[in-house]
Amino acid sequence: MSFEPKIVGFLCNWCSYRAADLAGTARIKYPENVRIIRVMCSGRVDPSFVFKALSLGADAVMVAGCHPGECHYLEQNYKAMRRFHILKHTLRAMGLEEDRVRLVWASAAEGQLLAEHIEKFVADVKKLGPLNWGHNWAENGDRLHALEAIVKEHEEAMEVKS
Amino acid sequence: MAEKVGVYVCHCGSNIAGMVDVEAVAKWAGANVKNVAISKDYKFMCSSLGQQMIEDDIKKEGLTRIVVAACSPHLHEKTFRRACQNAGLNPYLCQLTNVREHVSWVAKDKAAATEKVKSLVSAAVARVTHQEPLEKMFVKVNPRTLVIGGGIAGLQATLELADAGYPVTLIEREPSIGGHMAQFDKTFPTLDCSACILTPKMSEVGQHENVTLHTYAELEEVSGSVGNFKVKIRLKAKMVDAEKCTGCGICIEKCPKKVLDTVFEAGMGNRKAIYTPFPQAVPRIPVIDTENCTYFTQGKCKVCAKVCPTEAVDYEQKDEIIEIEVGNIIMATGWKLFDCERIPQYQYKRLDNVYTNMEFERLCNAAGPTNGKIVMRDGKTEPKSIAIIHCVGSRDANFNPYCSGVCCMAALKFGHLVLEKTNAEVYSFYIDMRAPMKDYEEFYQRLLTEGMHFVRGKVAEVNNAARNEREGGKLIVQYEDTLLGKQKRMPFDMVILMGAIEPQADAKELGLKCGISCSMAGWYTERHPKLDPVATMTDGIFVAGACQGPKDIPASVAQGAAAAARVAGMITKGTVMIEPIVASIDEEGCSGCKICNTMCPYNAIEFDEEKSVSRVITALCKGCGTCVAACPAGVITGAHFNNRQIYSEIEGILWDAQPAEVASG
Repeated sequence: MSFEPKIVGFLCNWCSYRAADLAGTARIKYPENVRIIRVMCSGRVDPSFVFKALSLGADAVMVAGCHPGECHYLEQNYKAMRRFHILKHTLRAMGLEEDRVRLVWASAAEGQLLAEHIEKFVADVKKLGPLNWGHNWAENGDRLHALEAIVKEHEEAMEVKS
Repeated sequence: MAEKVGVYVCHCGSNIAGMVDVEAVAKWAGANVKNVAISKDYKFMCSSLGQQMIEDDIKKEGLTRIVVAACSPHLHEKTFRRACQNAGLNPYLCQLTNVREHVSWVAKDKAAATEKVKSLVSAAVARVTHQEPLEKMFVKVNPRTLVIGGGIAGLQATLELADAGYPVTLIEREPSIGGHMAQFDKTFPTLDCSACILTPKMSEVGQHENVTLHTYAELEEVSGSVGNFKVKIRLKAKMVDAEKCTGCGICIEKCPKKVLDTVFEAGMGNRKAIYTPFPQAVPRIPVIDTENCTYFTQGKCKVCAKVCPTEAVDYEQKDEIIEIEVGNIIMATGWKLFDCERIPQYQYKRLDNVYTNMEFERLCNAAGPTNGKIVMRDGKTEPKSIAIIHCVGSRDANFNPYCSGVCCMAALKFGHLVLEKTNAEVYSFYIDMRAPMKDYEEFYQRLLTEGMHFVRGKVAEVNNAARNEREGGKLIVQYEDTLLGKQKRMPFDMVILMGAIEPQADAKELGLKCGISCSMAGWYTERHPKLDPVATMTDGIFVAGACQGPKDIPASVAQGAAAAARVAGMITKGTVMIEPIVASIDEEGCSGCKICNTMCPYNAIEFDEEKSVSRVITALCKGCGTCVAACPAGVITGAHFNNRQIYSEIEGILWDAQPAEVASG
């Protein structure tokens, strides 16, 4: 059986989530691999969400927001963009393929565009193959510790909230 | 305490069930997903029976959380929240997961779609168990409404509200209200005189005690939210003191500077440098066009100031920014005409007697530059033959894919006016004749009998390369007659291009100021294309008229009135509910680093210097959650989207994935 990646998508409530709604209303077909989680704004996407998803077995993560300059919350997608670059840097440092995370923009009118983004991303992740933490870490024990620390931090953060 | 979750998987007829094995999902959830007490599938969850089922289960089975797997929360979240509330369960303990728009309608493979639905249901259950009861918040609605745009849609909205006794501020960027309708001679299909039906409404608005009218004014900035917007408006300098001016018009008469009027006269006539766009302008106060005024360009003249009996001309006047508070905003910003020069093969502006539809409107208009005489550019010769080319920039993959909707009828109107006023033969070159509204088809039938000629086919080009004597000095229209299946050419004296209706050039920019979005074509996006055509995604902002899509006059009037009715409803109610999805800071854990303060685009986080902690001003917070993600101490909670809820959702959505080994070891 061919590799079907599991991808978590964080979509902002105002543009990209509605773009996905529109893709549906217009019956635009795209691969079933992306599972969507709604957030109010791409600026809400805590990098720990991405690590959490990857550590729980997602092969890739997509973050989608409003186009730069069109954010429902004025400029919060720029903050998502900034964080995203740091996130990519961290992934590289951990020995992960940075292409496993992707940030895209789609306005509420761009169902077609979002579907194309998803189609492309799924195809690209298929080329990368399954996420293989162990393989990457075998060469450097520090990375293992780094991830353990991050997971622990999540749990602590969760304790504070609950 | 373990939660008791009820899961309800909707068939949506065959919309979901046709692609997803909903029964299998419901069974699977009941047997395998933690905390699920009841799991059912049902034909239509949004029906009253579906809702009743949820209510009964909450009451009888003591469910503490509800998950509905159905359509987009943007459609039915409210429906199911209400059902929960009816049964005494806090509405925020309900989670609607979108398995129609996001799964069944986009999926190709039934098995994969069913798996995807399982993961979404699992995520929703995991999330809902951590959701917390929230209390809705209510804010007062300021009874004043801002209407942007004084075309027929904006005028109608203004009058509806003002007549109902509510205060309205109407802003219009041109020196007079009236919009495009003021430029027309007749209206289809009734052939009413456009000015005769429009100007009474204009003067009513101008004199209404509940209307504050600002012409020559533009929107600068909008802040706040539904019920309480703060709006900054730029009143452009008219160089005429509105308090002193009586509108006598002597300044206009005496002004020595003539300027080509490309706005109201569509380039067909002149106006003065101090002007009102047309005689029935409301208000009657003229403005000085400083780019063309001799005094402003060369430093001398001042004729207008000399002749003004009330000393109203003020060359020192500056733009003024005023700030007003309103509860709701109606956008009625209208449309602009397609630039026909973009299609070079139609030779507009290269060959004299090629006209746009707006130019022809002015040519027909009794108050226009030729007093309504249909003559060619030389100003005297009556054309003997006229070609009307439809779909110029509409239904054209190179320009606008959409149908502009009104041009066929306008072309018929032109045909009628030509036949009435001249002895010319008039030909319509159409792709499809579109006449769907009340009395429109009848009008088409009437023109067929009146002697207008109809040729089905798109015109390839207009040129002046005569091949024989008959074509000498004429405009030759090259076309394919698709009913005959032949390429043909025909000479004409005059060609009218039915240019497309396009969004205003700055529609997107203005939309961003108000927080509403545009479609790919540039039309403002309504909340729902069928069931909510006047509201937008942003509460308190409504749309009316052609800014939402091409529209004729009756449709613009209807939408203007509809938008006003929605606003009036909100004002009458007095308060509006706002989502309690806001951030809060646990001051105990706050280190006072102030990172969140700079993150917030609404300045909704203040810093308490004394305690050295940050605090969210709930009334200003819009709930984006950026500060929540940014807080290094993790002490900001975003209600309804807190870390615990989203982490759980991630866990649930990946129920079938293999966690990284490190997590277990």
